[in-house]
Amino acid sequence: MSKAVTEQMTDLKTLETTLLAEIAAAGDEASLEAVRVAALGKKGSVSERLKMLGSMSPDERQVMGPAINGLKNRVGEALAARKAELRDAAIAARLAAEAVDVTLPVRQSPAERGRIHPISQVIDEIAAIFGDLGFAIAEGPDIETDHYNFTALNFPEGHPAREMHDTFFFPPDANGERKVLRTHTSPVQIRTMEAQKPPIRIVIPGKTYRQDSDATHSPMFHQLEGLVIDRTANVANMKWVLEEFCKAFFEVPSVNMRFRPSYFPFTEPSLEVDIQCDRSRPGEVRFGEGNDWMEILGCGMVHPNVLRYGGLDPDEYQGFAWGMGIDRIATLKYGMPDLRDYFNADIRWLQHYGFRPLDMPTLFGGLST
Amino acid sequence: MKFTLSWLKDHLETDATLDEIVDKLTMIGLEVEEVDDKAALKPFVIARVLSAEKHPDADKLKVLSVDTGDGKPIQVVCGAPNARAGLVGAFAAPGTYVPGIDVTLSVGRIRGVESHGMMCSERELQLSDEHDGIIDLPEDAPVGTAFAAYATLDDPVIEIGLTPNRPDATGVHGIARDLAAAGLGTLKSGAVEPVAGEGECPARLTIEAPDLCPGFALRLVRGVKNGLSPKWMQQRLIAIGLRPINALVDITNYITFDRGRPLHVFDAAKVKGNLTVRRAGAGEKVLALDENEYELTDEMCVIADDNGVESIAGIMGGEHSGCDEATTDVLVESALWDPSNVASTGRELGIITDARYRFERGADPEFMVPGLELATRMVLDLCGGAPSETQIVLGTPTSTEGEIVGKTGHHYKEVDFPISETRRLTGLDVGRDESIAILTRLGFEPKGDAKGDTVRFVVPSWRPDIDGKADLVEEVMRIHGVEKIASAPLVSHDAVGETILTTLQKRTRAARRALAVRGMMEAVTWSFIPAKHAELFGGGKPELKLSNPIAADMSDMRPSLLPGLLAAAQRNADRGFADTALFEVSGTYEGDRPEDQRRVAAGVRRGTAGLAGSGRDWAGNAGPVGVFDAKADALAALEACGAPVDKLMIEAGGPDWYHPDRSGTIKLGPKVVLATFGEFHPRTLEALDVTGQLAGFEVFIDAVPEPKAKATRTKPRLDLSPFQAVRRDFAFVVDRTVEAGRLMRAAAGADKKLIAGVSVFDVFEGAALGEDKKSIAIEVQIQPLEKTLTDDDFEALAAKIVENVKKQTGGMLRG
Repeated sequence: MSKAVTEQMTDLKTLETTLLAEIAAAGDEASLEAVRVAALGKKGSVSERLKMLGSMSPDERQVMGPAINGLKNRVGEALAARKAELRDAAIAARLAAEAVDVTLPVRQSPAERGRIHPISQVIDEIAAIFGDLGFAIAEGPDIETDHYNFTALNFPEGHPAREMHDTFFFPPDANGERKVLRTHTSPVQIRTMEAQKPPIRIVIPGKTYRQDSDATHSPMFHQLEGLVIDRTANVANMKWVLEEFCKAFFEVPSVNMRFRPSYFPFTEPSLEVDIQCDRSRPGEVRFGEGNDWMEILGCGMVHPNVLRYGGLDPDEYQGFAWGMGIDRIATLKYGMPDLRDYFNADIRWLQHYGFRPLDMPTLFGGLST
Repeated sequence: MKFTLSWLKDHLETDATLDEIVDKLTMIGLEVEEVDDKAALKPFVIARVLSAEKHPDADKLKVLSVDTGDGKPIQVVCGAPNARAGLVGAFAAPGTYVPGIDVTLSVGRIRGVESHGMMCSERELQLSDEHDGIIDLPEDAPVGTAFAAYATLDDPVIEIGLTPNRPDATGVHGIARDLAAAGLGTLKSGAVEPVAGEGECPARLTIEAPDLCPGFALRLVRGVKNGLSPKWMQQRLIAIGLRPINALVDITNYITFDRGRPLHVFDAAKVKGNLTVRRAGAGEKVLALDENEYELTDEMCVIADDNGVESIAGIMGGEHSGCDEATTDVLVESALWDPSNVASTGRELGIITDARYRFERGADPEFMVPGLELATRMVLDLCGGAPSETQIVLGTPTSTEGEIVGKTGHHYKEVDFPISETRRLTGLDVGRDESIAILTRLGFEPKGDAKGDTVRFVVPSWRPDIDGKADLVEEVMRIHGVEKIASAPLVSHDAVGETILTTLQKRTRAARRALAVRGMMEAVTWSFIPAKHAELFGGGKPELKLSNPIAADMSDMRPSLLPGLLAAAQRNADRGFADTALFEVSGTYEGDRPEDQRRVAAGVRRGTAGLAGSGRDWAGNAGPVGVFDAKADALAALEACGAPVDKLMIEAGGPDWYHPDRSGTIKLGPKVVLATFGEFHPRTLEALDVTGQLAGFEVFIDAVPEPKAKATRTKPRLDLSPFQAVRRDFAFVVDRTVEAGRLMRAAAGADKKLIAGVSVFDVFEGAALGEDKKSIAIEVQIQPLEKTLTDDDFEALAAKIVENVKKQTGGMLRG
């Protein structure tokens, strides 16, 4: 090897060492680019040496060609590798700078904050069950006439049964007639019979009022009335409907119900219904088990006089009706301790006993979750 | 209605146990509410004091040696002054619960001397208030046996909750009749032998109010000796909660419960002149046996003599002519009274008595005279004396027919009963023979010899509640057994339900869920509110004021849901919860007719309880609630109800209770008000005694028009434009009074096809704009439908928008 070649090889080695050191030292993409231009640019140190190949002898070229090209390739690779390194570091640095404390709380969705009152929820549960049994939901006014609240329901004037109702009265009108706050949802029976021919199958949820107030009585409460009128509906059918309802409502596979004779002016025969339950655990009632009987509703065959008041012939049509306290069955199912809290709008109570807005009772999805 | 087991057995021959009797009573409609089987008295035994020595360390105590019957004398320390050797009394061993002192005994040491039990006083056994000494029984009381049985205190007491239709079961005899009919024994005869009297009853009776008094029987018994009634009678009266008074009074109370026949006794010496049944004079007063003076009205019926009113008919006797130990001549009354008059008189005077309880349900007219005979017999037996003849006076007989049965004029009802009616109404097949047998045992008499399905029954006089065949179905059903009715599915072929919910019901539910989803909690507040609150919200009409409110501040039917919600928000704030969002969907009342009851969804937000949440948060604090929170809630509820949101008009200002410049009214057309919303007038809040930042709304769900009937549920066809949608911003300077809504409508109206939407992204006022000017910046969303728009197209559209806004609002494009 000629001396000139040996010198050139030493020069290349030195250049390579210098360039690789510069590449490694480049702290960002801009300085790395400067190194690249200084080495591989048009007038770069490596490019200049490549240009010199043309003026070399074939022997020199044979040695120096591969050497310079090898240098060019190694520098190029080093540049690429360093560039990738710098990119990774830059992304890592950006990510690190963007770090947050994910344990910080977020605001609760409004749909989770809101609440449906237990009364509304239970009415929806009732509608789901009775809708499935072919009942429509009927309603009527809170302010009633004496006729609809009493007379047409076969409460004779001056009868002790009227007094049992602790009625709220309004002042007498010009004719001396006093409106009342309905003491039960039963007036809607008459209103429905007047408006619609049988077959009738309705349930009537609504507000009712009696002048009474303690832990188990509220001057305002809610009742669920049921009415079935056709040509054959009888006590046996009534038992079936009420058993089906109680099973579905309390979400138990079976219930034991005890029907016993009673008295209501607007039904004949009349019955009261007890449901078997276990009340041995404080604050909790379990249905379908236990040794206790708890009264949950009153019912009976619609009194012939009531049918007549509704414009129906009691020898042609017959049917049954029942009434139960919505607040009461809500309490039995969900366990609120004091009826008076229902109407206090205490947000702690609503939060605890209320229902999430999207928990809509359906038979296919389960009444409660 | 209370009675004891032994009393029942006076009328019912039965081997049934107490449990069987109790179960049967409930299952035939005489619901047992309580049974006191006297178990608490069972542990007490009769014991004899063998010796009584002075306690070594206490002057007033004695150390007794007591024989309790098992031969081993027991040491008992006792403080009773009458404790002495030879006394026979009631002993309680350690472990016994003593009800009168609410203590379970244990072996104790009293002043150093062990005591193994206790000799009891009557008060300690809750027999009376007697506590001067321990119970002192006769010498021959059997030591070692149960005290309660010896003293006949073990007679179980049964209380039934009687329904108002069963006057016959206000007497033990009637209850026994029902049990016998249900197969629990044999009814003993209740027949009463007449007692012959001598001479006319000297006090003559006239009925001046025949409509209120169908009949009256009266007789005098002379020469009676009135004292305490016998022990058996006192014990029964005490057992059912009555206080024995004297034999004459006790007899009337006893027969009241034994037969459901109330009676009254007058001390003849205190009655002046003759007796008259008449209406009271308005304002006439009487001092009754309860020692209260009552002022009567001319609707009330009384028995009066020359002194004035001696008795409030059918309810309570007068103090003046009452019987006491000094009574020697007694007038015994057995009468019939108009049930509804007794009920209304009792209600108005606020008197509840055993007599009223029976007369308002209807006392057996056929037992008026026998009841008097029974009373006479008992007076003679217990007090001696000589009876006069019975004087019977009738008011208006209820019938003119034939002989006056039992001298009361009672007309027996008759009911045609198709045997198959029981199956028709109950599904229960009770055979003809069984049906007739049940009714006969209850006192119904089959009439004639009908061979067909229908049998005519004569209704017994003690069942005024029986009117028709459905009543007889109930009788057959309850005696045969309700439990025998098997449930049967309701056939579904005639199911009614095409629609389960009406539109209004669907909308009510939707509004509820829509508001709850916005983070609000549903409240149910009272339908009646304070008069002052009602007046503030446009209510307070006289026809909506309750005559008998449960409390003074629950007097008026609410004209709006807002006062109740505002008060509720304040109550929560007072409890420390300042940020609340409450809503209610319920009724309000504009008048007392059915159509005056509105269906309203209303809500109130307080403090910072906005949609996103309330209070402080690291990511940004919630600001105070305001008119726009309420507006958004109202619109959400309206949208959920299916109101045509794109056709709604928003007008500035609402009813008086709102802030005049921060409230609005949502209308459909010029007349239909669908909602109001806003912040509240400071004077409203002050009057309600409510503080804090508050905004609220009311949506009138029932004012939203019914949706048009649709033939199909298919949605209208949607054409998706392939051209890119673009947005352009405009800022206009307008007069301060120009409403943003008008400007938006003007911009949108420039090209209804191309403009898909307009939104406001900035509003500001500043001196630079000029006096009474403001800037409104809008973004217009443009959806090209047929081609990509060129710059020229945009310029033309922009010019149209500017032109339209200028024309309709006077607004100028900001340079």
